[in-house]
Amino acid sequence: MGRYILQRVALGLAILVVAISALYAFMISLPGDPTTVLLGPRATDEMRAIFSERMGLNKPLPVQIVEFWGRVLTGDLGEDVLRNRPVATPVFEALPFTLVLILTSIGWSATLGILLGAFSAAYRNSLIDRVTGVLSVAMLAAPSFVVALWSLLIFAVILNWFPAIGAGERGNLADQIHHLVLPSFAIGLAWVGYIARIVRASMLEVMGENHIRTARAFGLPPHRIIYRYALRIAVLPAVSVLGVGVGGLLSSAVFAEIVFARPGIGRLIYDSVITRNYPVVMGSMLVAISFFVLCTLVADVVNAMLDPRLRTSKQS
Amino acid sequence: MSIAERSPFKYSVAGRLISDPLAVAAVTIIAILVLGAVFADFIAPYDYKALNVRARFAPPSFEHLLGTDNLGRDTFSRLLFGARIALFVGMTSVGLAALIGLTLGMIAGFGPRWLDNTILFLFDTLRAYPTIILALALGALLSPGLGTVISVVVLTSLSEYGRVARTQTQAISGREFIDAERAMGASTMRILVMHILPNVLGPFFILAAINLPVVITIEAGMSFLGVGVAPGTPSWGATLKDGFDYIRNTPWLIVSGGIPLILVTLGFTFLGESLRDVLDPKLRKER
Amino acid sequence: MKAALDIRNLSVDYHTRAGRLRALRNVDLLVPAGEVVGLVGESGCGKSTLISAVLRLLAENAEVPDGEIFLDGTDLLALSDAEMRLRRGREVSVVFQDPMTGLNPVLTIGRQMIDIQHREALSRAAKRKRAVDMLARVRISDPASRMDAYPHELSGGMRQRVAIAMALMMNPKLLIADEPTTALDATLEVQIIELLQELQGEIGCAILFISHHLGVIAELCQRVVVMYAGSAVEEGRVRDIFHTPAHPYTKALLDCDPGRIKDRRQTLPSIPGSLPDLTSPPPGCIFAARCANAEAKCGAMRPPRVDTAPEHWATCHFAETAR
Repeated sequence: MGRYILQRVALGLAILVVAISALYAFMISLPGDPTTVLLGPRATDEMRAIFSERMGLNKPLPVQIVEFWGRVLTGDLGEDVLRNRPVATPVFEALPFTLVLILTSIGWSATLGILLGAFSAAYRNSLIDRVTGVLSVAMLAAPSFVVALWSLLIFAVILNWFPAIGAGERGNLADQIHHLVLPSFAIGLAWVGYIARIVRASMLEVMGENHIRTARAFGLPPHRIIYRYALRIAVLPAVSVLGVGVGGLLSSAVFAEIVFARPGIGRLIYDSVITRNYPVVMGSMLVAISFFVLCTLVADVVNAMLDPRLRTSKQS
Repeated sequence: MSIAERSPFKYSVAGRLISDPLAVAAVTIIAILVLGAVFADFIAPYDYKALNVRARFAPPSFEHLLGTDNLGRDTFSRLLFGARIALFVGMTSVGLAALIGLTLGMIAGFGPRWLDNTILFLFDTLRAYPTIILALALGALLSPGLGTVISVVVLTSLSEYGRVARTQTQAISGREFIDAERAMGASTMRILVMHILPNVLGPFFILAAINLPVVITIEAGMSFLGVGVAPGTPSWGATLKDGFDYIRNTPWLIVSGGIPLILVTLGFTFLGESLRDVLDPKLRKER
Repeated sequence: MKAALDIRNLSVDYHTRAGRLRALRNVDLLVPAGEVVGLVGESGCGKSTLISAVLRLLAENAEVPDGEIFLDGTDLLALSDAEMRLRRGREVSVVFQDPMTGLNPVLTIGRQMIDIQHREALSRAAKRKRAVDMLARVRISDPASRMDAYPHELSGGMRQRVAIAMALMMNPKLLIADEPTTALDATLEVQIIELLQELQGEIGCAILFISHHLGVIAELCQRVVVMYAGSAVEEGRVRDIFHTPAHPYTKALLDCDPGRIKDRRQTLPSIPGSLPDLTSPPPGCIFAARCANAEAKCGAMRPPRVDTAPEHWATCHFAETAR
């Protein structure tokens, strides 16, 4: 187990370093002088030279990348030269908003999806199974930004039940939750359908296995067989899918944060990309990709912990 | 392989697809979209880029079936031409991603261990970029346009094809008849093309059908964010963006811009599932 | 004679795409209290369906058109689902064939052994103690620490011991052992058989022991039932069945048993032909098509049940004369 985790962590770190370095190299080596893009065409050569110096652009690319990682290791994400502040400031201001949004979305959608999936499998071919089947396809088919836009239109603009913009008043929990409803609905909806389908399929598979026959032969109550004996195995594929799916969730969060004008990492990347603020783009991408790599890692490890068979057997 | 050997197989795939109501629904939806895209010039009641100041913010009516936008352009016509953009981007990127993935995957599966590990690592790295976030970064740096959209999509989706191709290649290259072929002097190229390619095609079709709507959604998403197609191009995402910017004036843009995206996803998802049932019984899952 | 299990005229059909499959036809089977009864037959003869029917765990597409199953005097088929569930594990329990897949892979042995005592009014500690004691009785070394093991951490033989411990922990009146040793090697097989014999003596439960290994049956059982293609064709004491088999199928089975072949021959004998199609079973004797002494009436009429000796019957037109 320990060795397995160590291997996964090493691989994750390697992926992170290569992914970020490649992005850095790509950004720097694009045609056109970044300082011109940053400062606009009317900037003087002198101003450009100063910015070039401050951003370290006058050094060779490999040196820049090594220096970038050196700074990251000391906790320095670079300098936001446009607004004269450390990149870490806006990034770590935005991060909690995105984390709360993503966790809320995963939380409600996974709970509902697992329940619906287990229910459909337990009452296979019943009305609830059919309705869930149709609903989950419908949920899957709606892209998150369409759901975001439609729920904004219906629940905020027309019905006025929920606020359309912002993340709520600081310190006012009820208001913040009120602001969280529509964005997390938009992000989570597709996942309900996805998870319900995965859980239903794997549940049907598990229910046919011999150990379930054993449990039934011992007269265990059906609800215990379903929820303790079968579901524990049937959720495993959903857990790994969720881990990989965090990438998709981050993408959905970008849309939700823009549609509902919420602060967050997605919005920060969007804003800094639009203003060509490269240091902030790099810093926030680093955090976003690290978060994604971390989630995939956690999903693998959680999977191994839930499934004792994986703990001792070697991973391929 | 002679025609006589081939046609019963083909017939049976088509025959089984027709007997599946889900597949019929899928093909109908896709056919409507494709026909709409191909004959957009004839069907569209207006020029998709024609401005009409007097008809700005017009709600749906007989004159403008789905209303107009802030510049008075006819929504229905724009959506029809949007289908062209969507299908073009979708098919080009899926084709390119499949081709590059196939090549890399076969090299990984057939090549030496270190090359295999390197390519696998490359796939893992590409998967580490959240699609829309990478799209934002690249889309803003490169100039907006179809080329940008296609490169982003190809970069993020090629690893899936690559993994399938690699697994199939490894599974087949371990079999005895490949050794026999080698002993008889067959070149690596010949083995790849004659034995591995046919085995990869089935899973690739399924993947492509499932991937196509994802790709189209990414294009719409990028265009919605303003880092996709060039301004003025009638992408579904651009229609949604116009609707979002003027949500209180033209709510019909948001509604009608989202529907084709949902339809496209439904159509290709159903098709992918039916194809999987028909082509790959091992993968068959309970529906 | 009081019966632990008394199956009368039981039929089970499966609704399949090919039509109605007659998996069991008018099966009679008796397991007297405290005795060990062997059930012999080739694969596909309906043994598994019989077990599922007794436990009332038949697949959804199964139907029981007739018959009665008395467990300790109660007709199981007349019980409600809840009443039936009360009897599973307590009055009748099973040891399944494959020890590798029969236990839940993500729960510890202890958890599963405590869970099956869910109806007992005992404290958790008492249930745990009972489970540990039971593991010790099936000769699992260091039982307390094995409680925290997962099934995959135990060997096949150990898992089968755990399965036996689970099955006998609640002192059932009837234990159904479904080829419990088939998946194990010969040394382990002997150990498991001896263990079963010993525990049966202590607990006094009846055992329905299903096996195609005639040697094991002869060793362990007092009575034998022979099944062929969904029908019980002969039943009697072990001695009678092995020495004076009345049904041609039983004779053929005995001839094929490697353990009974005295002279060293090049090839093992086998019964010619194959199982009949159970979606359209033949109108006459089920074995007629493969029987060496079949005559015209065998193909036309179902043979009656003939008592050939006290507590020994067979369904064959020639049963009396065959004796």
